[in-house]
Amino acid sequence: MAKAPLSEELLKEQFGPHLNYVPPGGWKNESVHPAEKLVKTHCCFCGQQCGIQLKVRENKIIGFEPWEEFPFNRGMLCPKGVKRYMQGGHPDRLLHPLMRAESGFRPATWDEALDVTARRLREIQDKYGKDAVAVYGGASLSTEKSYLLGKFARVALGTRHIDYNGRLCMVSAGTAYKLAFGVDRSTIPWSDIPKAEVLFVIGANVGDCAPITTDYIWRGRDNGARLIVADPRMTPITRNADLYLPLRPGTDLVLLMSILHVILREGLQDRTFIDRYTTGFNAVAESVRAYDPQTAAEQTGVPPESIERAARWIGKSRKVVFLHARGLEHQSKGVENCLAVINIALATGNLGHEGSGPTMITGQGNGQGGREHGQKCDQLPGQRSLTDPAAREHVAKVWGIRPEDLPQPGYSAEEIMEAIHWGEIKALLSLCFNPLVSLPDANFTREALSRLEFFGIVDFFLSETAHHADVVLAGSLQEEEDGIGCSAEGRVIHWQKSVDPPGDARCDSAIIVDLAHRLGKAAFFPFGNPADILEELREASRGGVADYYGITYQKIDEMKGVFWPCPTPEHPGTPRLFEDMKFYTNDQKAHFQVTQWRPSGDPLDDQYPIYLTTGRVVSQYLSGTQTRRIGALVDQYPEPRAEIHPRLAQQHGIADGDWVTVQSRRDRVTLRSMVVKTIRPDTVFIPYHWPGIRSANRLTHRTLDPRSKIPEFKVSACNIAKASGPDTEPDDRNAEHSDGKGGA
Amino acid sequence: MFGYEFYVDPSRCIGCRSCLQACEECETHRGKSMINFDFIERRESIRSAAYVCWHCDEPTCAQVCPADAIKKGEDGIVHSSLKPRCIACNNCVLACPFGIPKMMIPEQQMMKCDMCYDRTSIGKRPMCATVCPSQALAYVKPEQIALRREKPTNTFFFGNQKITTKVYMMAPAQCEAITLDVVDYMWEDSDELVATRE
Repeated sequence: MAKAPLSEELLKEQFGPHLNYVPPGGWKNESVHPAEKLVKTHCCFCGQQCGIQLKVRENKIIGFEPWEEFPFNRGMLCPKGVKRYMQGGHPDRLLHPLMRAESGFRPATWDEALDVTARRLREIQDKYGKDAVAVYGGASLSTEKSYLLGKFARVALGTRHIDYNGRLCMVSAGTAYKLAFGVDRSTIPWSDIPKAEVLFVIGANVGDCAPITTDYIWRGRDNGARLIVADPRMTPITRNADLYLPLRPGTDLVLLMSILHVILREGLQDRTFIDRYTTGFNAVAESVRAYDPQTAAEQTGVPPESIERAARWIGKSRKVVFLHARGLEHQSKGVENCLAVINIALATGNLGHEGSGPTMITGQGNGQGGREHGQKCDQLPGQRSLTDPAAREHVAKVWGIRPEDLPQPGYSAEEIMEAIHWGEIKALLSLCFNPLVSLPDANFTREALSRLEFFGIVDFFLSETAHHADVVLAGSLQEEEDGIGCSAEGRVIHWQKSVDPPGDARCDSAIIVDLAHRLGKAAFFPFGNPADILEELREASRGGVADYYGITYQKIDEMKGVFWPCPTPEHPGTPRLFEDMKFYTNDQKAHFQVTQWRPSGDPLDDQYPIYLTTGRVVSQYLSGTQTRRIGALVDQYPEPRAEIHPRLAQQHGIADGDWVTVQSRRDRVTLRSMVVKTIRPDTVFIPYHWPGIRSANRLTHRTLDPRSKIPEFKVSACNIAKASGPDTEPDDRNAEHSDGKGGA
Repeated sequence: MFGYEFYVDPSRCIGCRSCLQACEECETHRGKSMINFDFIERRESIRSAAYVCWHCDEPTCAQVCPADAIKKGEDGIVHSSLKPRCIACNNCVLACPFGIPKMMIPEQQMMKCDMCYDRTSIGKRPMCATVCPSQALAYVKPEQIALRREKPTNTFFFGNQKITTKVYMMAPAQCEAITLDVVDYMWEDSDELVATRE
């Protein structure tokens, strides 16, 4: 049983999160003991992947210097990037392996921890079958580590079940782009944004979640572009929007279909483009016929005139950039939402030329690269399909195994947790994932974790999820190992190793390779360092959609990033896709896809009449494993607050800063209110970075998009009530949580 | 840095406070941020504003200092108070029309933005303007700022006090000076208007 071995409070006392405010050596020390070297690398956080120079002295990162020559961010950084260097010397850092003890965790040697992990995984597979073990990866891992983990699951363990936390990020967009274009990548480099005439931002809180993109949007406005923002909240970029569409959570699809309706009604489509380069237009035209602006206004809450205006601005321009992110994707119809954006782009011929095209703003550090080479449950390296016989043959050959020994696709991230809950999966090995904070319906997740027969985790800090582990293997931070990543715009970049892992902590890739050796598969894992892994990865991706064969560390350094596909060493990379108007589909055409409206998996009713939506704040990142330990970032936004409109607040007698209980069909949380006119009066927003009694994901539900398997974080039903104070009940108060899936 | 100027454009600010976090990393005052930052009125709006010292041509802070502790350099930079002279009287804090100087109680000294003269003197841009993700704080050449919709001005009116500054404020294209009084925009003479009413 993998219940936490000590109370949350005692574990927190021992392992944090504690707040680190001071760099190694102190604030004053730098002039006396200056940095020995500056390492040009990238931020470890979001998908913008800003270039940064880390100051290193005595194997510690003591500060940073902007890297102005890196073309994407030209020195710009958000507060997370500025303070990212505060993790290396952090007192919470795990310096050696840990094993579960009678009470709490005890230090262990690497031999003991790795032997126990390998033995338990093997025992469980012998007893229940290979698929009784699952592997979790993460999108903050380098592409080499992601590739290695995919191979480890399929070759060393032979399990079907490997997936990663990118499942909570942009998989809806990935699925949609593959359906329409045959490739999962932003169609444009970011340099196209300032060249657009219309910027349509939907479901993307650019200011908080992709801060550097703001500069691109503002430069677009300087050049005369019109900015349209669709969001239930006025996010920071709305301050300069030419048109703001305040839609109801979960109604994006109706808005998008109505925009296409108006474009077609007014004959603004690009007929030549549609005829020459696409298929499926007529069926889509038919599907939007019912979505006139009046009907759409009733469903979305956006005025019909605003829908008409947006449609005309978009329809009359052949230079429209569409930016969308998790707001569209975190829905049970996330794939349809993204397809509806693509349908508008295709109908108006907004693709394949400068200043034009749709893009998902990938959110996680290596959200793009981490999904291309094999830790996704249905994909092989090179963005190949695990069910495609030719792809299986190619990869099996590179790996030195028989194609029939390659497992078939397994469960996605949330499905793995459900299979653990119902008992099909008995053991879990997790690297770079904190599902207790990041998966929906946190009580269900906690209960599932307590049912594992074995839980091994690789981590640099003891995350809340790691509290439930049997073995914790002390791994490495991004800056402690060489590797490549791929940014939101499709630029493959080089993460330079800056320091060695501290204490007895080891590089993640060395830990996985060592485990593979102990599982008797040494011959398949002859890797001494990340460069060895990249060599094999290049070969494995060769000829695939995400072809990295022409990419090396040296080429990346010389070119300051290389856009894939890059099939040969001489190839310059591909910043903008489809310039030749050939798509990556079988018929080389772009495919319109019919979209169909469905209600949310957690609909409003009399008892739960208010929308709940969740998201990020600029100073925190994902489950907060790293950023909740950095004092300056925590001070900027110390605790989650429930954002509500003054009208809703007044109805419930709530003043700004009062305690408010938000109750959903799963659970309740009590937080301080933030009463602001920048959110729809029928909607509550809570940021999700916190664990325990402040966790927004106690409230969210497990409905998944049927194709992308993304959870519907952005639309839940809730009610609110004024509370007298914070919740004081213990974190696991719902130990006997019902198995019933919340929602419809 | 020769040919570069500092421009502040609150309309671009997204409230991320990267400038605050980065200012504290500057070597001359590590651990202390000299940025001024406000949400205008968070309940009403997401609008925020980050700004640095404007480095006035005739700095009010220096004029009101009884200890003659605040100096302006030849490069136009108005510096923190000189530690041996500063008596921590708060005159500068109260008098600055922009609200820039900060009284550091433990140090008993007024500290303020020095536009990273330590960085600019060796060819590096000021920390805040380098990292600012929305370029609401920008340290660039005039020809670069000319590409923007908003235009720079460095003349401010506070009542009868006219202030010209080293740092520029980005304002709507036709706006030649920043003024906060409605009457400055009126066609009528305000004295006459009041007189007629009486």
